[in-house]
Amino acid sequence: MAEALLEVRNLSRRFAAVDALKDVNFSVDAGEVHALIGPNGAGKTTFIHHVSGALKPDSGSVHFAGADVTALSMHRRVAAGMARSYQITNVFLGLTAIDNVALAVQGRQDAGSSFRFWKPVRREVALFDEAREYLVQVGLEQRIDTVAGNLAHGEQRALELAMALATRPKMLLLDEPMAGTGPEESARMVELIEHLARHVTILLVEHDMAAVFRLADRISVLVNGQLICTGEPEAVRANGDVRRAYLGDHL
Amino acid sequence: MAFYRPAPYQKPVAIALLLVLAALPFGLAAVDQAFYIGFATRVLIFALAATSLNLVLGFGGMFSLGHAAFFGVGAYTAAICQQAGINEALIAFPLAMIAAGAFALVVGAISLRTRGVYFIMITLAFTQMAYYLAVSARSWGGDDGLPLVGRMTLAGVSLADDTHLYFAAFFGLTVTMLFFGRLADARFGRVIQAIRENETRMEALGYPVFTYRLVCFALGGALAGLAGALLANLTGLASPNLLLWTQSGTLLVMLIIGGVGYLYGGAVGALILLCLEEVLVGFTPHWHIVLGLILLGVVLFAPKGVAALFGKRHG
Amino acid sequence: MLQLFLEQALNGLQFGLMLFLLAAGLTLVFGIMDCINLAHGSLYMVGAYLVAAAAQAADSFWIGLGVGVAGAAVLGLLLELSLFRQLYKRDHLSQVLATFALILIANEAVRVIWGAQPVMLNPPDALAGPVEIGDFFYPAYRLVIIAFGLLVAGLLYLLVAKSRVGMWVRAGASNREMTEALGINVRALFTAVFVFGTALCALAGGLLGPLLAVQVGMGESVLILAFVVIIIGGIGSIRGALVGSLIVGSVDTLGRALLPTLLRALLPADAASTLGPALASILIYLLMAGILFFKPQGLFPARA
Repeated sequence: MAEALLEVRNLSRRFAAVDALKDVNFSVDAGEVHALIGPNGAGKTTFIHHVSGALKPDSGSVHFAGADVTALSMHRRVAAGMARSYQITNVFLGLTAIDNVALAVQGRQDAGSSFRFWKPVRREVALFDEAREYLVQVGLEQRIDTVAGNLAHGEQRALELAMALATRPKMLLLDEPMAGTGPEESARMVELIEHLARHVTILLVEHDMAAVFRLADRISVLVNGQLICTGEPEAVRANGDVRRAYLGDHL
Repeated sequence: MAFYRPAPYQKPVAIALLLVLAALPFGLAAVDQAFYIGFATRVLIFALAATSLNLVLGFGGMFSLGHAAFFGVGAYTAAICQQAGINEALIAFPLAMIAAGAFALVVGAISLRTRGVYFIMITLAFTQMAYYLAVSARSWGGDDGLPLVGRMTLAGVSLADDTHLYFAAFFGLTVTMLFFGRLADARFGRVIQAIRENETRMEALGYPVFTYRLVCFALGGALAGLAGALLANLTGLASPNLLLWTQSGTLLVMLIIGGVGYLYGGAVGALILLCLEEVLVGFTPHWHIVLGLILLGVVLFAPKGVAALFGKRHG
Repeated sequence: MLQLFLEQALNGLQFGLMLFLLAAGLTLVFGIMDCINLAHGSLYMVGAYLVAAAAQAADSFWIGLGVGVAGAAVLGLLLELSLFRQLYKRDHLSQVLATFALILIANEAVRVIWGAQPVMLNPPDALAGPVEIGDFFYPAYRLVIIAFGLLVAGLLYLLVAKSRVGMWVRAGASNREMTEALGINVRALFTAVFVFGTALCALAGGLLGPLLAVQVGMGESVLILAFVVIIIGGIGSIRGALVGSLIVGSVDTLGRALLPTLLRALLPADAASTLGPALASILIYLLMAGILFFKPQGLFPARA
């Protein structure tokens, strides 16, 4: 069995009197695309927040790349190699595509917060060369100097991926990358993720079942804050609990 | 938002301005208006103070109502230095910057845990604390403030001559503006501007947001401290009134009039507000009413400040 | 010692209740309209002047109070319609600038109309003396203020917690869009809240008038205290404003009265006499910083 890159052990979190997450054990192996699915309100977003470090658990732990990162803040987890994209497009709309990505490259380089007060960024050729590479990777080479606010929705999502890539992650945490995209854009996004999956481990949270079953090596199902099943797509598709709890007639 | 970027005409304009400002005291003396050199110095000092607030508020996005505290700490540090026998500005001014910057570091470390309105209020609370401490510290003059027996020397040259002090302030402002302009266009400036727009995103890109904010806040505090030390030399007094929240309000008003987030917003605002004061005082003892009405007019009809009329907003 | 403590506790209660009158309006305007009103203290000052002027003209404190408060409410109405209505949707910077301008105008206008000297406002003759409580004497007028404060606080609580208007107000504080979606006339609600807040301000100014000097600048220091109160209590929460007022009122009053004595017992005399007043005056700010450190949204956050 491959080494687990991300391992979540006995994670629990309560909000008021509600168990948002209950004793969740979950792992992502290096190199795989692992999809997390579940009905609305199952706790997927809460779970993602605990993985990324936006929220801290009541109990349990999160391990990443061999280290316990439970107590680490979001930016330290990013520095450790965990990058995320957002459910809602979250790029700097007033900046050009390349400035957005350059910011991400700089974030990785300055992880130890080296402060540079004097040299104009525009003269840092290497920074922009690298940023351009990521834009090429996600197919935005024609849009390098376009202000992000003027990009189409699907292009903005691709830009966000480029920013995530620029942090040179060991693992990409993709939170509903297909949300709000049309059929054509979705198809492009699936291709893009397939392409990225050759280089990087991916934890994918997604509603689009066609995309999930096409992309995922393994699928985990979260229902009411509990993980009810993990396995290969065919096994999950056949699992009776999953059908009853969630999938219904979709499959 | 787009990142700050120096306009193509910025360099020639800046050089022309520098020449005009360098010639100003001699020009004033030539037409027998040397009296105004003091006033011009005051404008430069407040331009520096308002610019330091611009770094924190306009570029860093931290709405602080406590900036006067750092201004005041700078003034008191200068006066205390003199009391302790240090009369050389080359020592006293850096000390004022360090003291104000260190105080800003402490205030920031606590305040930056909060957001929005709570941040405004907690910075304001710290100003009040500094004010009351100054008022009750009898060895530092209490209510009356701590007077300077005379102006300091700068590299051995006495600042007692108004023109000398003018050039000290001129030099301080020039270096600050140069530093500010470079900083805004460098990596650090981009980061704080981006944090102002979306701090969660920046955190998700791996930036230690809190640290960047804190550094920016402390830098602003240190620059305000320099302005305070200069002002103490100009007026001959470190007054507790410098620490009042209304003083923060005045700096804020200058910056808003000039244009928040424009490189020259603070300087332009200081010039306008102080000139306005100077002119209005000549017309009526109740000039505050007129000033208030003008400010209301700015809010309602020129909400982005005067600098917005000339250039694109970088923030 | 106990007597001093009791007396100061009553003073603290009285001060706290008056702060509540100020903070109630401020926290609602802040919480519902998301508007920073630095001129709230000026409304308090103008209210006190109006009460003093009306009381002098009518030769009666109570008529003066009524007329003054009504006058302030009318002024509040005019201000809301002409200026504040346009500020609600603006950013905090614009609000700060505009209301800072109002402070300048108000202070100077008061100086023009009533002069730079403080104006005297006498308590009603019947209440001028002290009354005996147990084994010590306490000014009758302060007791009346306490009673007044409790009455208004109680009414306000009933109004906000139980009435339909109060429900709208609370809904507005926690979720403005939702309130609008429910079809409530938000404009009228805002106006009403603002005018009401102004009247409470003026009431506090009038009631405190006989205890403090009615003078230019009296609004600025009290404004900061009111802000401290609503930050401690949680912006937009009436309950928070009440609790915060009582905390700030008693901590400030008791701190000033007892802290110097306490320090003298612990420290050398000259250190104590320097540190005592300083510490007493910054006590509430330390308290606020401490509370925000642990509860960055205040004690009773109105927004979840």
